[in-house]
Amino acid sequence: MPIPTKQVTKETLVAEVLQLKNAGWRIVTATCVDLNENEFDLIYHFDKDLQMEHLRLTVPKGAPVPSISGVYLAAFLVENEIQDQFGLCFDGLALNFANHLYLDDEVATTPFCKFGVVRKTAAAE
Amino acid sequence: MAQTILPFGPQHPVLPEPIHLKLTVEDEIVVDALPALGYVHRGLEKLCDIRDYNQMVQIVERVCGICSKIHAMCYCQGIEEMMGVEVPDRAKFLRVIWSELHRVHSHLLWLGLFADAFGFEALFYQFWKIREKVMDINEATTGNRVIVSVNQVGGVRRDLSAEQLRWIDAELKVVEAQVRALRATTLDDYTVKKRTKGIGVLSSAQAMELGAAGPTLRGSGVAQDMRQLKYAAFDRLDFQPISYPDGDSWSRCAVRYDETLQSIDLVRQAMARLPEGELSVKVKGKPEGEVVTRVEQPRGELLYYLKGNGTNNLDRCRIRTPTFANIPPLVVMLPGLELADVPVVVLSIDPCISCTER
Repeated sequence: MPIPTKQVTKETLVAEVLQLKNAGWRIVTATCVDLNENEFDLIYHFDKDLQMEHLRLTVPKGAPVPSISGVYLAAFLVENEIQDQFGLCFDGLALNFANHLYLDDEVATTPFCKFGVVRKTAAAE
Repeated sequence: MAQTILPFGPQHPVLPEPIHLKLTVEDEIVVDALPALGYVHRGLEKLCDIRDYNQMVQIVERVCGICSKIHAMCYCQGIEEMMGVEVPDRAKFLRVIWSELHRVHSHLLWLGLFADAFGFEALFYQFWKIREKVMDINEATTGNRVIVSVNQVGGVRRDLSAEQLRWIDAELKVVEAQVRALRATTLDDYTVKKRTKGIGVLSSAQAMELGAAGPTLRGSGVAQDMRQLKYAAFDRLDFQPISYPDGDSWSRCAVRYDETLQSIDLVRQAMARLPEGELSVKVKGKPEGEVVTRVEQPRGELLYYLKGNGTNNLDRCRIRTPTFANIPPLVVMLPGLELADVPVVVLSIDPCISCTER
């Protein structure tokens, strides 16, 4: 059984996250899942009074995703981790390590992908 | 005033593990902090591609030595939920006993390290001396001091005899008395308060917004603890989360001090109510589906996202550890502090880099 999630799109993600923040939800983390050769699942996990809410965003590989670090600053760390591990690019990251949170300069692969993706170079802010 | 960038870590006397903070200072005051990770990243999550779901129990135990038991319990709970396995009652209580023993030794380790961070070495030695008794219990009951490999999918692999339970109870009486004897020195001493009161303040609103977890969250007045989810046998134990309102380093220390005694009490409760019965059930089939499961580590909320595909290997094993959640709050706590307070505040979140860079 899949976990109960609310499906969002790139266009509605930030608004949905903002709504959760205004309602007092705490961000727990985000999870990236390599679905197949073409898509990732991004699942955002939130908590309020020990209840959880999950938002699911299915995105094509290679396409940038809006960052939610403008809403929850804490998300910058997990978004940078996903950038490192899966090669997904986040637009508007509050603090962008540009694929170097964990990885050294010479690493050009996306180590957590079953199906490799071409890493897009993002300029450090 | 001219700004200087100072490297704090990755090798630093107060850091047992490597993390680097790039501190921007004006004179002696921190104005900005930037974390740098990646010194010990191991990519353990990815091992689910080549290790089957049973072997992964031993892998996740090695995410962190200090809370190995709790990682394995969280993982097993997730797999059991996915596969519809009901764990025997005795195994649930035994899981609580060993996980709370882990919390006791982890908090005692931290209390010692924290004392060392503000220069109180005698207190450091005292806490670590007490901790040895808990490590002895671990070794005597599981065969290991740190990686106590007692969990398996479907239950636990070891039992506790009546004689062992009596011995643990007697040892914990000594531990409790020794910890209580250090209360005034740890929390009321003038010098300790001078170094920790009002230092590294994180308000409850900031803690919630920045996603803080565990004692860092509860030290800011938010009484949230994953043990309230009543996993394992917590539904049959008396438990209330401990919180302190001030949000400073002293409050985070007080939470951990009180939780040490609370965990001793929880071990006693679990031992007193330990039912007879099987240690594990036979697990058939292969995990399929998705599950999110959470437990309370010594450092806070631990989350596992697991995705099975009906084979022996999981599609994804995602681990969110509490220190990972407490780094953004740390980055916000540091600006405005004097440089000399940085080690104390960094230690106050109980950073576990082994967990963070799983």
